[in-house]
Amino acid sequence: MASSDVARQPDQGVRPLSLAGHVGFDSLPDQLVNKSICQGFCFNILCIGETGIGKSTLMDTLFNTNFENFESSHFEPQVKLRAQTYDLQESNVRLRLTVVNTVGFGDQMNKQESYQPVVDYIDRQFESYLQEELKIKRSLHNYHDSRVHACLYFISPSGHSLKSLDLVNIIPVIAKADTISKSELHKFKIKIMSELVSNGVQIYQFPLDDETVAKVNTTMNGHLPFAVVGSTEEVSVGNKMVKARQYPWGVVQVENENHCDFVKLREMLICVNMEDLREQTHTRHYELYRRCKLEEMGFKDTGPECKPVSLQQTYEAKRQEFLVELQKREDEVRQMFVQRVKEKESELKDAERELQSRFEQLKHLHANEKAALEEKKRLLDDDQSSFSKRRAAAQLLQAQSLTANGKKDKDRKNYVGLSYVMNVTVKAPADCAAAHGWLALDYRHYTTVPYRYTEQVVCLSVTLFWLHVKYPPV
Amino acid sequence: MLLSRVTMKQHSKQQKNLEGYVGFANLPNQVYRKSVKRGFEFTLMVVGESGLGKSTLINSLFLTDLYSPEYPGPSHRIKKTVQVEQSKVLVKEGGVQLLLTIVDTPGFGDAVDNSNCWQPVIDHIDSKFEDYLNAESRVNRRLMPDSRVQCCLYFIAPSGHGLKPLDIEFMKRLHEKVNIIPLIAKADTMTPEECQQFKKQIMKEIQEHKIKIYEFPETDDEEEMKMVRKIKDRLPLAVVGSNTIIEVNGKRVRGRQYPWGVAEVENGEHCDFTILRNMLIRTHMQDLKDVTNNVHYENYRSRKLAAVTYNGVDNNKTKGQLTKSPLAQMEEERREHVSKMKKMEQEMEQVFEMKVKEKLQKLRDSEAELQRRHEQMKKNLEAQHKELEEKRRQHEEEKSNWEAQQRILEQQKLDASRTLEKNKKKKIF
Repeated sequence: MASSDVARQPDQGVRPLSLAGHVGFDSLPDQLVNKSICQGFCFNILCIGETGIGKSTLMDTLFNTNFENFESSHFEPQVKLRAQTYDLQESNVRLRLTVVNTVGFGDQMNKQESYQPVVDYIDRQFESYLQEELKIKRSLHNYHDSRVHACLYFISPSGHSLKSLDLVNIIPVIAKADTISKSELHKFKIKIMSELVSNGVQIYQFPLDDETVAKVNTTMNGHLPFAVVGSTEEVSVGNKMVKARQYPWGVVQVENENHCDFVKLREMLICVNMEDLREQTHTRHYELYRRCKLEEMGFKDTGPECKPVSLQQTYEAKRQEFLVELQKREDEVRQMFVQRVKEKESELKDAERELQSRFEQLKHLHANEKAALEEKKRLLDDDQSSFSKRRAAAQLLQAQSLTANGKKDKDRKNYVGLSYVMNVTVKAPADCAAAHGWLALDYRHYTTVPYRYTEQVVCLSVTLFWLHVKYPPV
Repeated sequence: MLLSRVTMKQHSKQQKNLEGYVGFANLPNQVYRKSVKRGFEFTLMVVGESGLGKSTLINSLFLTDLYSPEYPGPSHRIKKTVQVEQSKVLVKEGGVQLLLTIVDTPGFGDAVDNSNCWQPVIDHIDSKFEDYLNAESRVNRRLMPDSRVQCCLYFIAPSGHGLKPLDIEFMKRLHEKVNIIPLIAKADTMTPEECQQFKKQIMKEIQEHKIKIYEFPETDDEEEMKMVRKIKDRLPLAVVGSNTIIEVNGKRVRGRQYPWGVAEVENGEHCDFTILRNMLIRTHMQDLKDVTNNVHYENYRSRKLAAVTYNGVDNNKTKGQLTKSPLAQMEEERREHVSKMKKMEQEMEQVFEMKVKEKLQKLRDSEAELQRRHEQMKKNLEAQHKELEEKRRQHEEEKSNWEAQQRILEQQKLDASRTLEKNKKKKIF
């Protein structure tokens, strides 16, 4: 498909020149045609209609062949689209025809849902073409174009209103037209057309811009929608075998223009306007789809200052955006981690601190206990020492009393006589001499001490005794 | 990696035979009608030194005064630097309208130092590609005028010796941007043998330098193949152009009048002009456009978009990924990034967990240690307590024993002293 499909207008700076002879570029259309024939043509038809309305039969009749058709049941859970591709050839022209059938259309309880799979299918074909067109390395001239070029809308004679479908050339067709009488048909056609208009369904108008076909197209436009009958069976009429349907009351001939509009449909769809249907799909419907899609993706033709933006700039801007977004995401992830680490760290620190304080507590406890223990020990030591002093003093006393009863004066020097209660603190050996001297005085006053004596005195005397022994008077 | 010509292979899906008239055999007529209505466009570039007869040849080719005294040819418009200029003319023939753009390069090869004189040409071709790329990539595409250069006629001076360095340089730099058709200009200055020799030499050099001149497509048609082979044998075409019509043998022909005869432009034995005209205009014009669109333009486009997508990052990865659109590429990169992020997250998570475990372990160890020491101390203290208790008990026991003893002794003493007193008293008496 040539991409510069544009009506060329002579612009400024173009000089028209006359030719002095036959140059030969009038063969250009032929060159183009030869190329197309070499490449082959491609056409895709979508048939929408209820089960059993005659879609497959009509296709077979239109293309004079038997497409592999599977009879569908009425119990499909949802609408499925089945596309089959065939390579047809007529004289030297090769056509790759794809027939897409809607299976289970209108059989569901909720008829509104029937349209969604169809819309999705149409969009998918556009999408894959768009994707191919946007690729860096693409091969558009080799690409198998699967975009829907024509959509045959089958209306049953009991006439249901149809929803609008975007992005496709719609050709409404009244199926099983042999069940309507001619008078009813005319009224029915008007009713259908007004319903279509009121539902906003844009049907395909046969083009009027080319003088060669304008006239026939205008006439045909007036006969829409075409009331058709399909049949692949042949019946003998006169001396010919024609495609027809045999009834007890007569034979409906498919190719008889009085009986139905089949021939008109074939003329319009295939012979006259097939190329236009393809062109409309590409230049109108596809462009619309593409524009919407690109705008969705954020592409614009003009930059912020309303200056035209080249493709490179757009892509570079997008790439920048994209890189910034990636960077942001990376930073977010890192940030989150830093946060978690901080939190966990403080948690752990708290735990540590707790442990530390417990440790301190225990230490304190221990210290206390130890101190208590020490105190007790000290007390015990004190008790023990005081007890042993007592004991010693008592022993001394006993020893003394024994000697007092036996030898009185012997070794008096060696005994310190108990004198009056005296409180002498003997601190250091240095004091001994003084104490000793003092005591020497009292020495002479050796008297028996009454039985009652304080322990203190005993202690003192004991101490003094031992002192005397230890530190003899000099 | 550059695209080369590919002829479309037919995939046979399901071949169907038709019984009866369908009507799509009329499709070619429909295409014909539409193309005539649309009109045609063609951009032809002529390159060569001045005085080689370029303008004359163009006038002869299109049988019109494209270049005239009012619109002088490139050789009359030489400026200081190489210019690239275009003239647009509209011609009609047999109901077919052709918008012809002739691009010429006054000043090419005419300076003393011709280095880089091909640069303006390259720039021009690239800028036309860029215009088309931008127009094609717009969101709102309406008019897409195609001003891409579809063919370049390169004029070789008839030196008889071979290609000049400038010729080789030019063709090497432009053979991947435009269809080059090399022509031997002013062919009437060489005898047929000289011409033959010259042609052989040129083709040899072209092959040596791996220059890709325009290749005629292979066809299935035997007739056409014969013609194509004939053309191939006579490359490069040696042409003669003329603006004057001379009468020869009662016929009015275009030619150049010499004292020794008339060199006829359209005589196949005199020069290859007819072959050129037939090939360029009557049979291969469409193919030239197609090759420009499908090969040269696509090469430019993919290079441009790859540069935009990868921003100059040239690693081996990019070579295999050119099948995506830049956006799809970004999508892919985004997905890669997401998975990279996931991995990073996982790693960081792992490290984090590990460190936390370590720390917790340490804490637990210290706690256990603390507990242990506490237990130990407690035991210690308890032992000491017990010891102390024991000592205390012993002491108390000892003390009470001794005190009991003392009490007995005291009693004894008391008794003894009482007895003594009694005795003393007795003595006194």
